Amino acid sequence: MAIASEQSKGIGQAVHRKEDRKLLTGKGRYVDDLKLPGMQHMAIVRSTHAHADITAIETSQAKAMPGVTAVLTGEDLEFAAGVPCASNPTGEMVHPVRPPLAKGRVRHAGEPVAVVLASDRYAAADAAAMIEISYSPLPAVVTPEEALADGAPRVHEELDSNVALVLAHSTDNVDDAFAKADVVVKQTIRNQRLIHVPIETRGVVADWNTASDELTVHSSTQVPHFLRTFLAIVCGVSEAKVRAIAPDVGGGFGSKLNAYAEEFVAAAASRKIGAPVKWIEERSEAMLATCHGRAQDAHMELAATTDGKVLAMRAHYVQDYGSYLQMLTPLISQLTLLMSPGAYAIPEVDVTVTNVYTNTVPTDALRGAGRPEATHAIERIMDILALELGMSRTEVRRRNFPQEFPFTTAIGLMYDSGDYEGTLAKLLELSDSKADFERRRQEAAARGKRLGRGLSTYVEVCGFVPSDVARSALGLTPGGWESSTVRMHPTGKVTVITGTSPHGQGHATSWSQIVETELGIPFDDVEVIHGDTAFAPYGLGTYGSRSLAVGGTAVHLAATKVREKARLVAAQMLEAAADDLEFSGGTFSVKGSPDKSVTMQEVAFRAWQAFEMPEGVTPGLDETVFFDPPNCVFPFGAHGCEVEVDEETGKVEITSYIAVDDCGNVVNPMIVDGQVHGGVAHGIGQALYEGAVYDANGQLLTGSLVEYVIPSAVEIPSIQTHRTVTPSPTNPLGVKGIGEAGTIASTPAVVGAVCHALGVRDLDMPLQPETVWRAMEKGGTA
Amino acid sequence: MKRAVTISVNGVSHATGVEPRTLLVHFLREHLNLTGTHVGCDTSNCGACTVWLDGMAVKSCTVLAVQADGSEVTTIEGVSANGELHPMQRAFHETHGLQCGYCTPGMVMAAIKLLEANPDPSDAEIRRGLEGNLCRCTGYENIVAAVRAAASGVTV
Repeated sequence: MAIASEQSKGIGQAVHRKEDRKLLTGKGRYVDDLKLPGMQHMAIVRSTHAHADITAIETSQAKAMPGVTAVLTGEDLEFAAGVPCASNPTGEMVHPVRPPLAKGRVRHAGEPVAVVLASDRYAAADAAAMIEISYSPLPAVVTPEEALADGAPRVHEELDSNVALVLAHSTDNVDDAFAKADVVVKQTIRNQRLIHVPIETRGVVADWNTASDELTVHSSTQVPHFLRTFLAIVCGVSEAKVRAIAPDVGGGFGSKLNAYAEEFVAAAASRKIGAPVKWIEERSEAMLATCHGRAQDAHMELAATTDGKVLAMRAHYVQDYGSYLQMLTPLISQLTLLMSPGAYAIPEVDVTVTNVYTNTVPTDALRGAGRPEATHAIERIMDILALELGMSRTEVRRRNFPQEFPFTTAIGLMYDSGDYEGTLAKLLELSDSKADFERRRQEAAARGKRLGRGLSTYVEVCGFVPSDVARSALGLTPGGWESSTVRMHPTGKVTVITGTSPHGQGHATSWSQIVETELGIPFDDVEVIHGDTAFAPYGLGTYGSRSLAVGGTAVHLAATKVREKARLVAAQMLEAAADDLEFSGGTFSVKGSPDKSVTMQEVAFRAWQAFEMPEGVTPGLDETVFFDPPNCVFPFGAHGCEVEVDEETGKVEITSYIAVDDCGNVVNPMIVDGQVHGGVAHGIGQALYEGAVYDANGQLLTGSLVEYVIPSAVEIPSIQTHRTVTPSPTNPLGVKGIGEAGTIASTPAVVGAVCHALGVRDLDMPLQPETVWRAMEKGGTA
Repeated sequence: MKRAVTISVNGVSHATGVEPRTLLVHFLREHLNLTGTHVGCDTSNCGACTVWLDGMAVKSCTVLAVQADGSEVTTIEGVSANGELHPMQRAFHETHGLQCGYCTPGMVMAAIKLLEANPDPSDAEIRRGLEGNLCRCTGYENIVAAVRAAASGVTV
């Protein structure tokens, strides 16, 4: 790899983003900004019951409303398949069929039942309000406890019970280890149900040309290629006739890592009425019908020696799947299982996951996707172990870190590289001494505040995923590679086509930096195309902090191939042997004769002309690479924070937050810091503020941003970011991922700090003032 | 039944008829095709739709177009002149104060008015001043940095 100079905008530089200008000036193009000729607006009527049979749908009044083109129900639209799920961890799990528009029965409040197509969104909403749906309610199960009870009503009648899947992994000597242990600690640790809340909701514009049978779908999605494949399968049309486009996408956090009922309905409705159809999700619909996340309880047990060495772990997780399987629903708790030991060398493990259907919105990936759950559970139980042993929380962690890498866990994952001591040492170096903290703690007590400190030392798995692992270990339908094309134009400019699909991550900037470093083409001469299936051969999209480690590596490899072909052409141009050429700063020169040189741009022009090409070398400089990673990557770090709890109100304020992350080599430190900031804020949201709540009948009580609080600038502290660099051996760039690390690390650090302030073992999130106040009222014995 | 309104937007006067229930944000986006102003919630929590109405930052999802009759509205499209970014837009670019960009227009509109009211705010004042604008990407760290940079005039 060429080394970036000080002035360059290559790898390692904090280059300002090329994406920004359009977004800052209102020239971004999000789905709702699109207008097509004759376009109709779709409004959706959703189930008002958590579980019911539909007995009648009265649409005649709606159809007679001004501006209405059509009213469609599940009986009007034919689909070749149900809403897809691409995950089957055991290969034997039954996937219940879910029609995109409900037929006969609804299984959660908010399930789509009927749609109106009308000339504008107001007319569509007016007509939707006139549709009358009659239901015969059925008993609903809202929590996993209810769903698992004897004789519980079944969410899916065709299944024997509400248990969708049980996953298990154990080593041979767990019981022995527990029998030998000096200390055993137990705790149930809950990850509440969360809602993603990207500021842009979902949206789709579907345009089915009924003459050519071509379907173009613009969707606010993280995975346009998956969407195209699934549109073809579900709508029964050739995949070659489908084009899916992710335009500018206003955040996803996993909620748009899916192929949703509404996308299929919009496409089928467009075919039915012969006009483009736009659906823009209302925020209230997003709360009620976009997949949720987390909703997992962990029953944790650790066996340890008095000097703090963990001998064994028992972990039993109960995951609420909600009512149906979305695209990756079963994968999420499987990732929890895989990461259950966290950053610790625990020799014996016994892990089970019981996955349960309930009459609620399906759960799926939410920033971190299974790893925050695992990390929160293991970090909290490590704190509890330290409390039990009377040992410091840092010391108990340090005594259980793996010492050598690669490290193979008792689960069977191979952590690629790490220096967990290093990040923890750096965190401690940046933090106040214990004496200073204790002094401030006493001062704070005098003004009615309780101070506490917390930390987490995390490792996470990302860079999804070697394709054979996708199949054999995860039971996924697709593999985990990524594609990239690097194309040089005759004028020396470069187009990169990537299979990743950014929605805020800045790939256009980072991929341009990689090309500048590899080809010496200036950053500003590189354009990056993403999110359009008409351009990329195929792309698996952006999620799971995979884009740089897999997609960025594909860019690097494609650029390298371009350079190596260019070397052959340059050799011909310079009448030298290819091996005799040096490449530096975008120029090939003959070793020892630096005046004999050609630039990469000149080579690109010659390759386009194809005059006097070397024997066997084809015209053009245009290379496509599919990169299948040999392993996942394992970023890690140590986060610490301090909180101040108000004794009168229970309100928690985070007074300092320090993040030390190691994501391997860094392409753009500014972007990496930004990812950490956002991730930490998201994790703080889970710790202190956010929680989706259903009532006993399965009605969502947190149906808007009034009831479901995502943090504002006031709730989020200033976040200090620091790094260590331990390159990954898994890819030639030596990079890992950073999009979710902050979320994974911050939640347990914050909860640990509040528990420390209150002197309690654990508290159920979110730690809203009432929860904290009640814990204090109970005298610190929650 | 449409009502006649005359609304000046980014210095251009629009005399037209709107349904009384038309929200200002929909008037801007769908009637005038000024799609830089975004909608992020139903409840006036997120602030993505923030514009200036007669010099005040308002959430245009909570204003009817008929209420803007006779008023002057400025949207994100009207903030920069002659292809030059406004210093606040430049500050957001230089401090990485945006990621997905969806909240950004509203955030910039609110931030400019914040500095007009308080040209030298503390970090806590910046955070309080932007409480009505939600961002899910940045953790606010670099948004606060952007406003601070714009206040001190240190953008390049």
